[in-house]
Amino acid sequence: MKVRSIFGAALGIALMAAAGTQVQAAGLVKYTVVEHPSIPESLTKGDPVRGRAAVINRQKGNCLACHSIPEIPEEQFHGEVGPVLDDVGSRMSAGEIRMRIVDPKVINPETAMPSFYKLEGLHRVAKKWQGKTILSAQEVEDVVAYMLTLKGSYSN
Amino acid sequence: MKRTLMGVAAAGLMAFGLSATAAEMKAIDKASTTSAVRSGFSYAISETREMQTDDIQNPSFLWVDIGEEQWGTVDGEAGKSCESCHGNAADTMANVGSTYPVWDPATKKPMNVELRINKCRAENMKAKPWKYESDELLGMTAYIKSVGRGKPIHVSLKDGDMEAWSKKGEQFYYQRRGLLDLSCAHCHEQNPGNLIRAETLSQGQTNGFPTYRLKWQKLGSLHRRFRGCNNNIRAEPYAYGSDEYLALETYLAQRGANLPVEGPSVRK
Ligand code: HEC
Ligand code: HEC
Repeated sequence: MKVRSIFGAALGIALMAAAGTQVQAAGLVKYTVVEHPSIPESLTKGDPVRGRAAVINRQKGNCLACHSIPEIPEEQFHGEVGPVLDDVGSRMSAGEIRMRIVDPKVINPETAMPSFYKLEGLHRVAKKWQGKTILSAQEVEDVVAYMLTLKGSYSN
Repeated sequence: MKRTLMGVAAAGLMAFGLSATAAEMKAIDKASTTSAVRSGFSYAISETREMQTDDIQNPSFLWVDIGEEQWGTVDGEAGKSCESCHGNAADTMANVGSTYPVWDPATKKPMNVELRINKCRAENMKAKPWKYESDELLGMTAYIKSVGRGKPIHVSLKDGDMEAWSKKGEQFYYQRRGLLDLSCAHCHEQNPGNLIRAETLSQGQTNGFPTYRLKWQKLGSLHRRFRGCNNNIRAEPYAYGSDEYLALETYLAQRGANLPVEGPSVRK
């Protein structure tokens, strides 16, 4: 899965390679997208408890803005813009979930879902958010780890 | 209008206004739920709707009263009030809310009600323009819209470059922006009726402005709403009265054509 480091120096460009597309932007952990699309290799080690907190936090994932997550009954308002996230952990691989969070436009260019770990191709980002991703690499992995625990059948 | 006369007229209007308003609002509701184009009113919960339909409860009327008061108040070096030139607003201003923005050949831009008010102040009254979001400008805008309540919105694109400005507004509407990378369409075209956390998304129509938002605890202009929606997706907002927002306002009037003027409305 590793892409030869020859390409490593290029900043902010996605490079096609036989094994996948390597994405590297200044200041971000580089990662590789393979056909599916998916990002099978983790950016760092994730923690599901911290991930759950980031999913709820309006300044971080704020995933509840758009998704209903039955495993979080204590939060009152869940959004209806995206699908219910009840069993993604049994339907999707870690790589697919990671792709979905890092840059879902690779999966669906029209999607309403924000790219949580991306800096390029954005228009008129507010000054105080320029050069920042919505989630850090650590937070992405925390959310992935939490998503993997969602396997359906919640009573609330 | 003299003080006492005004009081009598206002009391009369109020007594009449209450039932007229309820009927008007029924019409708004009908118009806004039977067609594809729906007012934000039709997405609001009943408490909010009731607050809007009762002129006594409707907090926007604090500003309408300010506007009505200013209508007859002389200001500026020309020694004139709005009334000096325009007489009774209920007659002369009835079609303003439903037909603006209009083309302004002097600035070569669309002119919304706020800009029109300030143009009159500057040119005809020789008075200082009011600031966006000041009680005076909100009040006068609300007063002028209130006398045209219930009229279907119909903004003409025939004059000047209105067509081109509306096109620019349309591009703005569909352009993704901000760190969250969303366009207006993602929320207001693809998801009206759906919850986004605790808020029910509407079509983002403009017929209710200026709006008293419970969250603001104040009346607010359409451009304040645009700035709010831009801020929420972490996009850099544009200035009040900017070309970008004038273009957007012109385009949105087309999207909301035939919706009744509701201003001043109440929203969550
Ligand atoms: C502004 C809206 C929005 C936000 C915020 C959002 N999503 Fe989504 N999400 C969507 C939409 C819409 C889809 C449906 C698929 C598509 O559009 O491509 C989706 C799809 C998904 C899927 C795939 C589900 C499936 O059944 O295939 C996952 C997993 C997911 N989102 C996780 C998240 C997580 C985790 C977060 C927060 C870190 C999040 N989403 C934030 C809108 C959003
Ligand atoms: C992330 C979602 C989101 C985006 C993107 C968004 N808005 Fe909104 N907007 C809202 C919410 C939530 C409200 C309050 C509920 C409602 O009326 O829809 C709102 C309200 C409005 C209203 C008031 C409607 C009324 O009847 O009071 C207007 C007008 C509006 N938006 C226009 C826009 C425009 C123009 C854009 C793009 C520049 C935009 N919005 C982008 C979420 C969004």
